[in-house]
Amino acid sequence: MSGPERRPPLVVLEDVTREYPGGVRAIAGVTLAIERGDAVAIVGRSGSGKSSLLNLIGTLDRPTTGRVHIDGCSVADLTDRQLSALRARTIGFVFQQFHLTPGVPISEAVADGLLYAGVGVRDRRRRAAESLQRVGLGHRLHHRPHELSGGEQQRAAIARAVIGNPALLLADEPTGNLDSASGAAVMEVLGQLNDSGTTIVLITHDREVATRLHRQVEIADGVVRADRGVAGVETEVIA
Amino acid sequence: MRSGTVRPGRRLPAPARRTPRPARLGAGDVIRVGAAGLRARRMRVGLSALGITIGIAAMISVVGISASSRADLDRKLARLGTNMLTAAPAKSPDGTVATLPDTAVDMVARIRPVDSVSAIGRIPDVSVYRSEYIPAAETNSIAVYATRLDLPGTIRYTITAGGWLSQPGVRFPTVVLGASAAQSLGIDHLTPQTQVVIGRLRFTVVGILAPAPLAPELDLAAFVGWSTAQRYLGFDGHPTNIYTRVRSESVVAVRGVLGRTIDPAEPYNVRVTRPSDLLVAQAMTDTTFTGLMLGLGAVALLVGGIGVANTMVISVLERRAEIGLRRALGATRGQIRLQFLVESLLLSALGGVGGVLFGILATTGYVATRHWPVYVPPWATLGGFAATVGVGAVAGLYPAMRAARLAPTQALAGM
Repeated sequence: MSGPERRPPLVVLEDVTREYPGGVRAIAGVTLAIERGDAVAIVGRSGSGKSSLLNLIGTLDRPTTGRVHIDGCSVADLTDRQLSALRARTIGFVFQQFHLTPGVPISEAVADGLLYAGVGVRDRRRRAAESLQRVGLGHRLHHRPHELSGGEQQRAAIARAVIGNPALLLADEPTGNLDSASGAAVMEVLGQLNDSGTTIVLITHDREVATRLHRQVEIADGVVRADRGVAGVETEVIA
Repeated sequence: MRSGTVRPGRRLPAPARRTPRPARLGAGDVIRVGAAGLRARRMRVGLSALGITIGIAAMISVVGISASSRADLDRKLARLGTNMLTAAPAKSPDGTVATLPDTAVDMVARIRPVDSVSAIGRIPDVSVYRSEYIPAAETNSIAVYATRLDLPGTIRYTITAGGWLSQPGVRFPTVVLGASAAQSLGIDHLTPQTQVVIGRLRFTVVGILAPAPLAPELDLAAFVGWSTAQRYLGFDGHPTNIYTRVRSESVVAVRGVLGRTIDPAEPYNVRVTRPSDLLVAQAMTDTTFTGLMLGLGAVALLVGGIGVANTMVISVLERRAEIGLRRALGATRGQIRLQFLVESLLLSALGGVGGVLFGILATTGYVATRHWPVYVPPWATLGGFAATVGVGAVAGLYPAMRAARLAPTQALAGM
């Protein structure tokens, strides 16, 4: 283990595999470390296992074999309750679908991002406004999802994911449902968050989107095929 | 952390950051989240709540109506008193009716706990007619009684029109009509000229009585003074109904000696009753009906509960994505379970509030037509709420457990 002056990488995967009932092997042995403050794109075609990988990194799922450490916690050692707490405080999620409840003002939806972190309702509302400000929606606090464009809805979803200042932001195809202009705006927001210190792991099948991040990890058939941008070194992994 | 430097007796600081603990949701947040789920589906929520409303309203109104009727009885009894005893000649097995001695009233008055005593005597074969032109057969079944003048004090009659019979010595024969008798004769107000015909003689009607719940046999009756009856109508002077008011604590004791006092020789010829018992017994027969209606209300509530369970099951199926998102936001299984349980509780509580309101409304409406006091017992209201909470908990338990069992990845994939 490293000394107290050097914190461990935010995400560490060691020989991780994930098999589903029926023998499907979505992840077939992945070792990966993501440093704090990094911006990593996980690229792969559909079916390559990138969503399974995101579920493992996000502690929504546990590996069949191998070990996953998030922010120094070994996922295998934590109970389901403790994993929930870890997600509440350390990890923010952005999905391709925005998951904003119809009819609920986005400020409330964003405030829900802190619901399970034990923050009082007043603080939640205040921080929701701040968080929406951060993604450029400060003027739309009381709008309902259907009154917003897709890009704005996704930015609201990002505001919800980062309202608690999580160390890690996981984004699963955040631009998948958006036109290129809205997608660019969303990427811009993600870039700003990364600049302010949030570690970003983004899943995409779009290489163009991937290149806008500092590091690209290419996944195919459940293994890492290529890993570019680690400390400026480009590594091709030959399976 | 360097190894090998831990001295015995010194405990390492707990690695707090390594074992994250979930935060507890405050009660306000729990309710807010549960209510948010209901707000999003108003139509469906309204219909399922309606099922509960009907069940609770049915039960509350049944209990309310029966309690109001009971309250009315209590009020009546309080006004009329439960301390009245009546004595009448018994019918012997061969159909002949005994006569009570004409000393009966004086004898009864000597029983110490007796506060007042009065009597009337049925005048046989005499009827009341509106005029001389009415055929003799149309008697309207109105009985004619000779009455002691102190009768109203014992029966606690109220008089709706005119007054009671005054002292004898009045030159003109006078009569007072019972409530039903006045109605049958078509007399609803009195003038000095209002007269009826009794035994070929004209009697001036001087008063009309209000219905007497404790002596309903006197509603269809006409009363003439004791001596008037003896003089003009051939009354034999034997009382046929003795009414007595007794000190409350001695009712049972007096009841025991009343027969022997009235007719010491043949006490079995005297039938003693306590009219208030009859009213209470009447009220008791209603309880069977109330039980049946309560059962129907319970069935309605059960069906309402099934409706709530159904709504919750569908809600969980539809909201997999929401469940997945909440798990991703950090909700524990327990918090998801609680969310759906609270949602179910709120849903049925909503129905319960409506049910109590409608139940009270229905009770008020029905009771108003009967001129009873409105009384919905607090235990019925509280019981209604408790039943609601029970139904909500039972109906929500299974859906909530299903929601909590859903793995986050499964929930998120199911959208």
